[in-house]
Amino acid sequence: MAIKLPIYMDYHATTPVDPRVLETMLPYFSTEFGNAASRNHPFGWAAEEAVDKARKQIADLIGANAKEIVFTSGATESDNLAIKGAAEMYREKGNHIITCVTEHKAVIDTCKRLEKEGYRVTYLPVHKDGRISLDELKAAISDKTILITIMMANNEIGVLQPIGEIGAIAKEKGILFHTDAVQAVGKVPFNVNDLKVDMASISAHKMYGPKGVGALYVRRRNPRVLLAPIIDGGGHERGMRSGTLNVPGIVGFGKAAELCRQDMATESERLRGLRDYLNEKLHKNLDELYINGSMEHRLPHNLNISFAYVEGESLLMGINDVAVSSGSACTSASLEPSYVLKALGAGDDLAHSSIRFGLGRWTTKEEVDYVADKLTNVVSRLRDMSPLYELAKEGVDLSTMQWQTEGH
Amino acid sequence: MAYSNKVIDHYENPRNVGSLPKEDPNVGTGLVGAPECGDVMKLQVKVNPQTGIIDDAKFKTFGCGSAIASSSLATEWLKGKTVDQALAIKNTDIVNELSLPPVKIHCSVLAEDAIKAAIADYKKKQTADAKPAEKVAQPTA
Repeated sequence: MAIKLPIYMDYHATTPVDPRVLETMLPYFSTEFGNAASRNHPFGWAAEEAVDKARKQIADLIGANAKEIVFTSGATESDNLAIKGAAEMYREKGNHIITCVTEHKAVIDTCKRLEKEGYRVTYLPVHKDGRISLDELKAAISDKTILITIMMANNEIGVLQPIGEIGAIAKEKGILFHTDAVQAVGKVPFNVNDLKVDMASISAHKMYGPKGVGALYVRRRNPRVLLAPIIDGGGHERGMRSGTLNVPGIVGFGKAAELCRQDMATESERLRGLRDYLNEKLHKNLDELYINGSMEHRLPHNLNISFAYVEGESLLMGINDVAVSSGSACTSASLEPSYVLKALGAGDDLAHSSIRFGLGRWTTKEEVDYVADKLTNVVSRLRDMSPLYELAKEGVDLSTMQWQTEGH
Repeated sequence: MAYSNKVIDHYENPRNVGSLPKEDPNVGTGLVGAPECGDVMKLQVKVNPQTGIIDDAKFKTFGCGSAIASSSLATEWLKGKTVDQALAIKNTDIVNELSLPPVKIHCSVLAEDAIKAAIADYKKKQTADAKPAEKVAQPTA
């Protein structure tokens, strides 16, 4: 089979809309255009019915009740609503929040803002495998702790946190537990009751649905979670999120959730096979590769590798017909390498050399072969022109060398 | 990020990749940058002792495409220049030639530093070698 270039292998950034999802959405742009909040005519009723169906489809995917789904514009808003909404609502109970250094910026920056408003935030470190320590979590809890927010799966390294254990600790202490589950939902089993999650952020475009629509799961029973809204208005979504519902987006989100629920087991096994094949092939062809984060506790479709002695952006330039991401500084305006990789303690040089592969629904074995072969060639070529590779091969220990860093 | 055609050309067909013998008294070596900053450049010049002209220049670079292009271009420019002419190469010349965007200016600065470091190393060797060279010239046997 001929390969179509460029190859998309960046499914953690976003996913294409599944054609079945698109088809389900289309009528809601035209004939079924009603406002779901219009209670007094059939246009509104049809829209409301479609939204209710989607709510159920999403709830079924995560083991929730449909009434516990609050629609938002995406996971960034869901994270903001969960954290700011809980912080404000439970301010009298305490002012302490626990999170983790490798969280998505939507969580970290929200917590930073709350710090300016007088809240105290603990940023738990992670071990070399990318996971937090449950003992450190327990030690961080105080009688002022109102919220623990720890992601289910990391967006760069795909590492799965021990969510069930964190949920149990939070429940025992009577603390709310929110998880940014964007990368995990639809890909690996996620059940809000089994994992004792009180709030969970999810996003449609990470699971073959459209962009611009997400949801926050908000537990209604045991405990009933209350949130102060961050967007005021008509009181939609049980008063937690005002604004006219994005009906076509929500319909697509629901369909995407249904498809993920149907196909998760087979799809994740297929992608795990392809991911492992990619990993093995790269290791067979190249030396000095370092996997970032735990391989055991990881999303089946994620691989994050540092190609030592080769800088990430130059690597991406050499594989410009393959869409992947790098943790290298040069890909960001800040010139700082990935804070997630730095948190693993691997060293900035390896952070600069990293590539994130995200496999997905339309990834084929032929594509994996192409990517592995191309990377092998480019890494070999760049190592031939890398002074670091040359020094390492001469037996020089790069970590003990004095580097001239002045002015850079 | 979009690269200029010249950067892409240097990245795909880098000029003068390689190494010259470090111990050669006529070779100056500059190693600048740091792995944790994402750029390391090694630049070497070989000066003809008779003419004082740079006969050969080689580089190896760990860094982004713009860093590779900056050092590749530098070796191209160095060949045929005297040591003093080489010291006159400015990072802004590299920025202009390669149309580097503002976030990549540090790559050109590093290339200029590498040229200066290589020439400083060459000059140091010349003054240091002046005396031991006399010794070698008078074999004891």
